[in-house]
This record gives sequence, C-alpha cells and structure tokens, in this order.
Amino acid sequence: MPVSVEKMVKVFGRPKSLTDARFTYCPGCHHGTLTRIIAQVIDELEIAERTVGIAPVGCAVFAYRWFHCDAIQAAHGRASAVASGAKRADPNLIVFAYQGDGDFASIGTAESIHAANRGENITVFFVNNQVYGMTGGEMAPTSLIAQKTSTTPEGRDPALSGYPIRFSEMIAQLDAPVYVTRQALYDTKRILEATKAVKKAFAYQLEEKGYSLVEVLATCPTNWRMAPTDANKHVAEVVTTVYPLGDLVDRG
Amino acid sequence: MGERLLLRGNEVIAEAAIRAGCQCYFAYPITPQAELLEHMARHMPGLGRTFIQAESEIAAISMVYGAASVGVRTMTSSSSPGISLMQEGISYLAGSDLPAVIVNVMRGGPGLGDIAPAQADYLQATKGGGHGDYHTIVLAPSTVPEAGELTMLAFDLADRYRTPVMILADGMLGQMMEPVELPEPVDVAALPEKPWATTGAKNRDPNVIRSFDLDPEVLKQMNRALQERYREIEAKEVRCEETATEDADIVIAAYGTVARIARSVVRMARADGIKLGLFRPITLWPYPYQPLRELSKRVRTVLTVEMSAGQMWEDVRLAVCERAKTPFYGELGGVVPTPRSILSEVKKHAG
Repeated sequence: MPVSVEKMVKVFGRPKSLTDARFTYCPGCHHGTLTRIIAQVIDELEIAERTVGIAPVGCAVFAYRWFHCDAIQAAHGRASAVASGAKRADPNLIVFAYQGDGDFASIGTAESIHAANRGENITVFFVNNQVYGMTGGEMAPTSLIAQKTSTTPEGRDPALSGYPIRFSEMIAQLDAPVYVTRQALYDTKRILEATKAVKKAFAYQLEEKGYSLVEVLATCPTNWRMAPTDANKHVAEVVTTVYPLGDLVDRG
Repeated sequence: MGERLLLRGNEVIAEAAIRAGCQCYFAYPITPQAELLEHMARHMPGLGRTFIQAESEIAAISMVYGAASVGVRTMTSSSSPGISLMQEGISYLAGSDLPAVIVNVMRGGPGLGDIAPAQADYLQATKGGGHGDYHTIVLAPSTVPEAGELTMLAFDLADRYRTPVMILADGMLGQMMEPVELPEPVDVAALPEKPWATTGAKNRDPNVIRSFDLDPEVLKQMNRALQERYREIEAKEVRCEETATEDADIVIAAYGTVARIARSVVRMARADGIKLGLFRPITLWPYPYQPLRELSKRVRTVLTVEMSAGQMWEDVRLAVCERAKTPFYGELGGVVPTPRSILSEVKKHAG
C-alpha cells in the first residue's frame, strides 16, 4: 500500500546541534555515532547556546566542526584541563571534553585524573577504541593483550608494554566524581543505553552535581583490519570482557 | 592611590594582576615564585575569582588556555623549569590568538639548576620557546614597583593584541622587598568586549578557538596574520630606558636585576671620571634594536652584562652591528654580579 507524502511524519532527523559538515571518520567507526548522540542530547536539554565543547587531538580533532556550538581545540591530552579552565572562567557554561584513549588515558593521564579529583563540574567523553587511529593504528594504553597494532606487530606483550588500563575504574576510586560509566555502541540497545548515559552526565552538570565520565567502547575497523560488523561483534564478545559495561559510580 | 606598602616582587606582581582584573589564576608551586602563588591563594577566592593549584605546569597553562578562550583575564606564574613545561601551552595560546599573562621568575639552569636569580631563559622567552613561528611580548621589570606597573601593562597588551605576554623577572626581583604604591584597580566591566570568545553561541554563529588547520594554504594565512600582528607590535610597543647616555663613551646594556645593579655602577664610574651610561630594554620582545642602534653611533663601546652566558648579547650585537665594540660580561648559574665586578669590567673597556 503506497502512503501519501502528506501522511508521512518525520521521526528521525539531524539534530540541530550537529552541523552538516561531513565526518572524516572511516566507515563503521563509532565516533560518528557518539557525536550524533551528544548533539541530540544537547538539543533535548536545550543547552546549545551555553555549551562549549573541547576538541582533542586524534581522530576527533575536527569535533569543533561537527557540533553547532562554541568549541575550543585543545593540545593532546589537555582537554580536561582546558575544560576546567573554561568552566571556572564561566560556571554558567556547559562544558564537555571529547577525548580518545591515547589523549585521555596516556598523554593526558595527569590532567584527566586531577580534573576528576577536583570534581570539576564538567562532562568528559572518553572514546576507547584500543588504538591510535589518526596516526596509523599504534598501540594505545587500552590495547588488549596480544592485540596486533602497528607498534606491537607481534601483539601487545604485557612484559614489554604492560596491561590494558582500566582508566574509568581508576577514576571511580576517587571521592569526587559523581558519575562514571562505561557504555558501548555495537547494537541498538547499547546505543539507546549510551544515549541515556550521555543525557544523565549532562543533566548532572546542569544540576551542578560535578564531574561525569562517560567511557564509550568504540570500534576502529580500519586499524583493527576488520569489517564493521566484525568490529561490532569484537566489541560485544571480546572487548567487553576486559572492559565490562555499566555504571561504576552514580552519586547523583 | 596612596596605598604605600612594603612588599616582595612576587606579591606585587600577584596584587597587580588582581588589580588588573585577573579573573582566573592557575599555577604549580616552584621556588622562587611561591609567594606569588600563595598571595593568589589567599586573595582570589575572597574576591569571587578562581585560584586553582594545578597538578603540573602543563595543566596550569592548559587551564589558562581554557579560561582565556572564554574571554576572562587570566594568568599563570612559574620559574624556569616550570616555564619549560609550559611551552606547549604558550605555543597553543599564540597559535590560537589568545590573551594571557605568564610570569617567569627565572632561576639558575639548565635542568634543575638552582633557586638563585638568573637570566638564562632570555632566548626561550624572546625567540618563541615552543614550536612554530611565534613570539610572546616579553616585559622585563628591574625594580619591584616596575614589576607591578608592567603586570598591569601586560594584561592590556595581551588583550589589545590577542597574544600571550610574559613578565620576565628573576629570583632577586621576586624575593626582594621594596616600598610600593599599588596601582588603582581596573574597572573590568569597562574593558573592551571579546566577541571572539567561547561564551556560548547565543544569537550568533559558534566561535571556535583553534591553532589548527590541515590545509597548508589556510594555515599559511593564519601564520601571516600572526606575523602582521607581530610587525605592528614591533612598530608600536618597543620600550627602553637610557640613563646618563648623553655624553657617554661606553654604555652597559642590561635588563632586569642586572640593569638595577648597573645603575649603581654608572654612579661609581662617573665618580671615577668614566663617562658610563646605561641602556635598559624594558621590552625584550620586541627588542629595542633601533634605539640601541642610534645610541651605538655615539659611543665607542656597548658592554652587555647578563646573568647568562650571553643570550641578550646576540640581540645587542644585531643592533650595534659593529658600529661600536660589543664586549660581554656574564655570571652563570645563579651568581649575581656585584657593582664592583661590573665596574672592573667597565674599566677594562673604558681606557
């Protein structure tokens, strides 16, 4: 039965807080999904006019192009410190940092932990895809044991390079953070769950409750050398065994 | 006005920053600038302003970057090793056209060095310091009251040119106490607007603060704009001071603490019949090449005296360009030259 155009209802569209600039992400990468979720939540909470996003160094370096809000491009690893400075300068702003695992959990370790420990009233999105995507797939602090990367061609050897770092669990040990959660985007259910977590994290900031960290397990089909569907399956079946999903802290 | 207090250089810089409307201050403890940090810790929160003791100098300058993006007056302070850690952030501030004030109370280096006064960060401060084609305006006070005046000026210049400005002091200036008449507080509400700041995109297109563009042609234009601003700063903001140069045969070129000592040496030399003058750069970048060039036409010798192995000496020789002799006397590692030791150097070259 054909349905007339007049009777069609638009149920899904581009969030206003997402620009129409083309993503530079590879097919099957979850960065685009998370970017869209954040933009959608900014719309839902009607905070676009007071939001400042902090763009990192790495695959998400162009985040300032995709969000239709004010943005600051930070040095590698410093997004949480830049976010701290911006939020302190004007506490009425809603400030979020968008950081990859190399950015957040390696070069920015000190800035990440101390922003959390000060209980900065900011929201941090930590995209964990276990690899340095932008520079060509090198080992990340989050890379799995035996994971082959361009700098661990024989697989990550703990004797040489240590173990996958569960950074969110470290943050969860601190007294200040109000919300620490690990989410994934490999299927519809996870995407809906992750959207709720993103919304909760922003809501806590709006309510001036303090620091929130939303870790998101993401795929990197290009550097994992996997088809997007296989990459989704890998997150669901392997990555989540090292990085279990769920809330680590919710003091809201 | 009229408030006359006995204060350390570090405290005067802190108090002047507060009076200049510094809204956010971020720093990490290091000798010999700790009193600056402590003064801010005591006074900023009560004024409803932000003081954060950062986890590192890297974090401190990154917080400055965030606060400067939002458009408030912001400052950090440190000493030599900490300033080295801040170079990343200073390069980003310059590349992103952000105003901020950075105080370097220099100590002996390289490496951990010591905690005594030195001037061995001159090249780092004046030639860029971090990566990329940039400069920071560098102001060099030589007395405690001047440290306060130049701190006020630093905030104005930073805002006017959207550039980081460095106060280059040293451990002697930071620790020394002098009577100071503190400047009047600035009316922050009356300062010029910053329409570029990331204050929330309400009724306007989003503002983006960045030093980044992958297109070399675009980055070239960003660099060109930066260089044009530097030419403007060089044309308008050179500051220097000459003492007893009218009839001088020989002048000392010195800045900061050494210039202050050299002022005594001028009196001592003149008492001995030596026509000695003093040329004191106040802006180390932009360097007062032209005034020194003019002066070098009238004197036989320009003796550079520094607490370094000859860093400003390079700029002196560029300015003088063999129109006069350019000997050098430097003390290293945190040793402060005495008036007597400088006078004996003057006498070597005055004959």
